[in-house]
Amino acid sequence: MKLVRDTWLIFQRQFQLLIRNPVWVFVGVFQPVMYLLLFAPLLKPALRVSTQAEAYKVFVPGLLVLLAIFGGLFQGFGLIAELRAGVIERSRVTPVHRLALLLGRSLRDVVSLIVQAVIITLLALLFDLRVFIGDLLLAYLMLALIALMTSAVSYGVALKVKSEDALAPLMNTVAQPVLLLSGILLPLIYAPGWLQGVAEWNPFAWAVDGTRALFAGDLGNDKVWQGLTIIAVLAALGVFWAARQFARSVR
Amino acid sequence: MIETRGLRKSFRSRAGRETKTVEAVRGVDLSVAEGEIFGFLGPNGAGKTTTLRMLATLIEPDGGEATIAGADLRKAPGEVRRRIGYVAQGGSTWDESTAREELVLQARLYDIGKAEAHRRAARALDAFQLSEFADRKCKTYSGGQRRRVEIALGIIHEPKIVFLDEPTTGLDPQSRAHMWDEIRRLRADGMTVFITTHYLDEADALCDRIAIMDHGEVVAEGTPADLKREISGDVVQVGLDTATTPQAAQALDGEPYVKKLETAEEGGLRLYVDEGATAIPQILRRLDQAGLALSSIELHRPSLDDVFLTKTGRSLRES
Ligand SMILES: Nc1ncnc2c1ncn2[C@@H]1O[C@H](COP(=O)(O)OP(=O)(O)O)[C@@H](O)[C@H]1O
Ligand SMILES: [Mg+2]
Repeated sequence: MKLVRDTWLIFQRQFQLLIRNPVWVFVGVFQPVMYLLLFAPLLKPALRVSTQAEAYKVFVPGLLVLLAIFGGLFQGFGLIAELRAGVIERSRVTPVHRLALLLGRSLRDVVSLIVQAVIITLLALLFDLRVFIGDLLLAYLMLALIALMTSAVSYGVALKVKSEDALAPLMNTVAQPVLLLSGILLPLIYAPGWLQGVAEWNPFAWAVDGTRALFAGDLGNDKVWQGLTIIAVLAALGVFWAARQFARSVR
Repeated sequence: MIETRGLRKSFRSRAGRETKTVEAVRGVDLSVAEGEIFGFLGPNGAGKTTTLRMLATLIEPDGGEATIAGADLRKAPGEVRRRIGYVAQGGSTWDESTAREELVLQARLYDIGKAEAHRRAARALDAFQLSEFADRKCKTYSGGQRRRVEIALGIIHEPKIVFLDEPTTGLDPQSRAHMWDEIRRLRADGMTVFITTHYLDEADALCDRIAIMDHGEVVAEGTPADLKREISGDVVQVGLDTATTPQAAQALDGEPYVKKLETAEEGGLRLYVDEGATAIPQILRRLDQAGLALSSIELHRPSLDDVFLTKTGRSLRES
């Protein structure tokens, strides 16, 4: 099938370019590890849990969702560089499937996020985090969908604004409330009622709750399927919208 | 090979609070024959790139129709893409990739199998004398080398037509001459080549036929020789100092052998006459009568710049 073949071609190229520059592995893992080592210890008293492992059960899923959101949202910068180099225009005169131009790139972002997530999970295991493999895989699916959505949206916006100067403040403006209202760093259980009410409308808050439930081994929790469904729908919408930008972007 | 009727495109751009509409292309009719090098000559902003981008399916025309290599631009853009190659003005290679990787991927995007893509890449690298650094990153190439990679990318799928947008802009004279040879070779291989340029000598020497474009419109079309012949007669350039130029213009204007008279940008006057050899003595006599001294007098055949000048009232060198 042409879409699959073309997506694979674009993914291969993007992935090859990514691993040619191994700095990203270092940067991508260094920061979350710092959080894990330097921030998480503060949580045990703050969360009023008895063991470090329990604190990690709350903190690690939040951290992973955070990585998925930010990893995706800032991918647009790379695309603007490609736009400027004329690479996108060159692809657009070929008969390549327009959706493949997006999916190949987003897939690379998803794969690199999952690599980061696995490294962080393995490290957290050293700190006595315990999670069932099936639950973990579902959590990774959630992360993959989040990264797919945020990177697609970032690519779409990049194609619309076409300049780093416009993309940076835009993404920051989106990211900040999303981050604060999702209970990523601290669960919103401690938030006042009005704040919880606002967070209801933040899809990432649902994603964080779902991921936390999975890390807690609470597969039956409604938050799991609700979070997955909300994020999956949004990812589909994001991909659809961004692919249209690839099909008709000017310059 | 290419037929267009009334191709139009305007852009809305926002400057502060106002929105301005730029009519980049306003009704272009063209017909390009198979196997020719067709040139689009015009100053910056004339609408050359916009026309090419429409023909290459990158932007949708606001109006008009085009048939390219037998495929309808509006109804079958996918077919058009398969039949054409397009090399953008601003470059199209990625710094961190190598020429070979770019060529293989480009071929693969045209549904060419892996083994064949590698074969074609090797052949193209050879033909464009790129083999030596085929596996070096593009950022290490010189301007001329990079341009050759881009052209190789544009023709890797052996299209019937290739569009080259200002292929020699920014190249040193030697690389330019080299590029002209490459372009002639494409035609020898059976391709129809559509280039844009703002160099007069390039349009003159390289193109079989040209269309002169200005402000989004084609103002003249034909072979360079025909276009020059159209401005029948010769051009006499008279060197004068600035103070006496208006007097000289007054003296010569209305003389029966002067068909058209202009003040030249570089100073002095430019006279269009039927026969230079007989006009020059009369011009000299007339200026002598008027008591005006001249510093030089030159006779030349009309150039494409003269064609541009008579069609638009401006010199291409100036705009
Ligand atoms: N994407 C665009 N948005 C707004 N204006 C544009 C765009 N592309 C081209 N133009 C305008 O259209 C006109 C023609 O441009 P162009 O086709 O690039 O000319 P040329 O290639 O002959 O130099 C110019 O005035 C240019 O500023
Ligand atoms: Mg141009």
